[in-house]
Amino acid sequence: MKKTVNQKAWFLVLPVLLLVGFSAVIPLMTVVNYSIQDTFGNNQFFPVGLEWFEEILHSERIHDALGRQVLFTSIIMAIEIPLGIYIALQMPKSGIWASVCLVLISLPLLIPWNVVGTIWQIFARTDIGLLGHTVAAMGIDYNYSQDILSAWITIIVMDVWHWTSLVVLLCYAGLQSIPSAYYQAAKIDQASRWNVFRYIELPKMMGVLLIAALLRFMDSFMIYTEPMVLTGGGPGNATTFLSIDLVKMAIGQFDLGPAAAFSLMYFLVILLVSWVFFTVMSNIDKEEG
Amino acid sequence: MARITLSKLAHSYVKDPKSDKDYALRELNHEWEDGAAYALLGPSGCGKSTLLNIISGIVTPSHGRILFDDIDVTFEDTTDRNIAQVFQFPVVYDTMTVQQNLEFPLKNRGKDAKYIAQRVASIARSIQVEDILHKKARGLSADQKQKISLGRGMVREDVNAILFDEPLTVIDPHMKWELRTQLKALHKELKHTMIFVTHDQTEALTFADKVVVMNVGEVVQIGTPQELFEKPAHTFVGYFIGSPGMNILDVEISGNQAKLFDANVELTQNYSGLKGKLELGIRPEFMTLCEEGQGIKIEITRIEDVAHHKIVRARYDNKDINIIVQEDVVITKTMNNMTFDMSKVNIYENSWLVEGEKI
Amino acid sequence: MSLELQNISMSVDGNMHIYNTNLTLKKGTMNVLLGRTSSGKTTLMRIMAGLDVPTSGKILWEGKDVTGMKVQDRKIAMVYQQFINYPAMTVYENIAAPLRLMKKSEDFIDKAVRKTAGLMRMTDMLHKKPLELSGGQQQRCALARSLVKGSGLVLLDEPLANLDYKLREELRAEIPKLFEESGAIFVYATTEPEEALLLGGNVATLWEGKITQFGKTADVYHNPNNATTAKVFSNPAMNFLNIEKKDGFIYFHNSNKIPATDIFLKLEDGEYLAGFRPNHLELKARSDSAFHFDTNLSVTEITGSETFLHLSYDNENWIGLVHGVHDLEYGSNLSVYLDLRHIFIFKKDGDLLQTASYVTNR
Repeated sequence: MKKTVNQKAWFLVLPVLLLVGFSAVIPLMTVVNYSIQDTFGNNQFFPVGLEWFEEILHSERIHDALGRQVLFTSIIMAIEIPLGIYIALQMPKSGIWASVCLVLISLPLLIPWNVVGTIWQIFARTDIGLLGHTVAAMGIDYNYSQDILSAWITIIVMDVWHWTSLVVLLCYAGLQSIPSAYYQAAKIDQASRWNVFRYIELPKMMGVLLIAALLRFMDSFMIYTEPMVLTGGGPGNATTFLSIDLVKMAIGQFDLGPAAAFSLMYFLVILLVSWVFFTVMSNIDKEEG
Repeated sequence: MARITLSKLAHSYVKDPKSDKDYALRELNHEWEDGAAYALLGPSGCGKSTLLNIISGIVTPSHGRILFDDIDVTFEDTTDRNIAQVFQFPVVYDTMTVQQNLEFPLKNRGKDAKYIAQRVASIARSIQVEDILHKKARGLSADQKQKISLGRGMVREDVNAILFDEPLTVIDPHMKWELRTQLKALHKELKHTMIFVTHDQTEALTFADKVVVMNVGEVVQIGTPQELFEKPAHTFVGYFIGSPGMNILDVEISGNQAKLFDANVELTQNYSGLKGKLELGIRPEFMTLCEEGQGIKIEITRIEDVAHHKIVRARYDNKDINIIVQEDVVITKTMNNMTFDMSKVNIYENSWLVEGEKI
Repeated sequence: MSLELQNISMSVDGNMHIYNTNLTLKKGTMNVLLGRTSSGKTTLMRIMAGLDVPTSGKILWEGKDVTGMKVQDRKIAMVYQQFINYPAMTVYENIAAPLRLMKKSEDFIDKAVRKTAGLMRMTDMLHKKPLELSGGQQQRCALARSLVKGSGLVLLDEPLANLDYKLREELRAEIPKLFEESGAIFVYATTEPEEALLLGGNVATLWEGKITQFGKTADVYHNPNNATTAKVFSNPAMNFLNIEKKDGFIYFHNSNKIPATDIFLKLEDGEYLAGFRPNHLELKARSDSAFHFDTNLSVTEITGSETFLHLSYDNENWIGLVHGVHDLEYGSNLSVYLDLRHIFIFKKDGDLLQTASYVTNR
């Protein structure tokens, strides 16, 4: 249904535009400015064209970080989304236990990122951490600050622990909206549990699931705080994801130009993927309507 | 297909029901004949949905038993009862095509492909969806979706019963005719036991061989549409069936003489030993308007032209009376008296029908 | 006081929802918009309310152009299919709510609320919360709220659709009485022809975004000026039959013919559409000139006092309504009769050419 067309409404949007201008566009333009200039200090800049972009595009270091990033995002999404769906399906539909489950499930979401990092940093330490010590005591060679595999596993487990809840909550909301008549009809049709999932629950969850996937993609692709606190990007560069690398480049090495070019490209990649997600999502909605 | 027996069946949502009020469904003994079409008719909250849910197995009754043929299924799950159900809102599998929707119940039961193809083709022809068989169910209109729900209910030949829970609620009037006729034709063809729950008298009467009228958790009357129309067992049935319902008027009776609105009328039957509150019931269809001096004088308040007849809204003292007049009758100013067909009069004692003796 | 729609049309994303529409509604009238689902009833109401602005055309209220004026600035009340009340307030407060917004005095509010509640027969429920009430009572509460502020325009969008049949019947009989007193303009959307007839007043029949006819309800019903109106405004729908006049004979599709006398006398040679209502099909001929059809009976439906016959005749599907209970064999051949004075004749494009003579003599 079309709403009233009222051109004056644009004035209402103006404050937001100004605010967004100050908070997002202007800083972004600064970055754009840096990305096409070089400086030898003294606030003297000279244009270098697209040199920085070319450098970043051919930088092996960035390629490696991108590879790690893609691998990380793929792994955590491959775990969190099915796991989230599974947990949502197992949760009680109503009653006191439904509320209890919801509260427990949401707890990890309420903890600040750096605290999550700190918790896991201590929790997984082999000397004083409950988890780390136990695993080491079981005779498994585990040390996240020395061993690449251990570091990866710890970060992935940490992310799954922190974010699966989000997927669970969204899926649970999707499931709750399915009228009971559908389950009744499935019983009458003698549909198997798998068929109920495949033909009733999954189609009805599709919308929220795409939102969940989008959110998880964006968040995990930009992940910084938790691995930074936990491993600092180590051992070596084993857990240096794109954001961590960017910060190292910009602040650690003060390569402002390349860092600016890098961050612009980083931004565009996320924007592109999100846009693809959004288009797919709205097409699915259209089909439904 | 099966005969369904309800034996001392009652249901209460309260733990220890004490009075009748605590029962959503009061004690009921009834046998649903194999292959007949029934309607469960009543206002919302009358217990008709509870009864349907007990038959389908969603609700386990707190008292009594339910049998399919001679097998006790009181505690059996819906899946094991081998019934079909069509819901108020269309329940279709959105991501499947129409054909896959119709095949689904049969595939799940491991029927062979040839049988499935032949069955689906025949149902698709019956419900007239052959031209959309390969479309996704998602994009269809409400009435097309409801057709598919009906089709999925009909596709199994061996179901014990097909239950309909107000399936025409979301359908436009002109489509109701089509769906109802298709349903009726399918019933004649396939002879399934069908139970149709509704609050709409037209749906109930036109669909069913026998209508079960319910009110506040109780079955008030079970009968053919004609019986319900001509001999309502309770004033509620008289009121609920017919549009407008039966006129229920206070009356004093001795023998075959009745005193109605200060006028004396002669009944066709003799009544004796009546003690409770007496009422006379007469359908608007059996009343006529006539000239002054030919009947009981009434005050006409409004005449409604309703398609092929007119409803005359009238008053006597403070009592509303409805009279139905045929389309071709011209109502003049002087037509302000009413008479009625005495052979169609029913007498009620404490709201229940009483029969007199033939004179 | 009047509401005038001048050349209103509405399209959304290039799809026409309302075609060029002119309509004048007068003070103190009940106006029924009758049409099937998605025929444009709700769109038209939203335009009247000012919730949507038409793509073109003007809306005049008491002669003033109010196109594009905000809903809040116009005295309009709307009642929907869903029972919309404030759940946390009592019925009294629910009815009083619009007056409180208008900052009326406590005294005024109390009087107005009690009067409206009395009209709606809700006086003894004033202290209750909406959710303690039955569906019918909840909708009465919403109706009372729409009436209390004395709006000049009250829009009712299928207000009884979610109620039980019997409750619907009661409210249908009451609504015209209640509203006669208020003097506002009422617009009432429905899909059901019976409802339109019971409400009386005026009716506008809608078909695919076009108003096919507007006039006094009974007139439109008895005297449809085109086949579409006749189809929309009848339940079950009017039956149709293609006929052709040639050389002094009326030919049917299956090459049967009868002499073109009586009502067919004045017709020029050519193809026509004959229309007749279900209740005019009969099982016995009333006169010698009656049409006789050999039909096939597919299904019968018995209502207790009447029987609906579902017939097929030469590729046409008809419904007949006859008095009494007739238990007939499905699939059998059935002779039905149709008196000539019950036949409407439409041109091929649907416009009425000749009305049925029983209507003229009504």
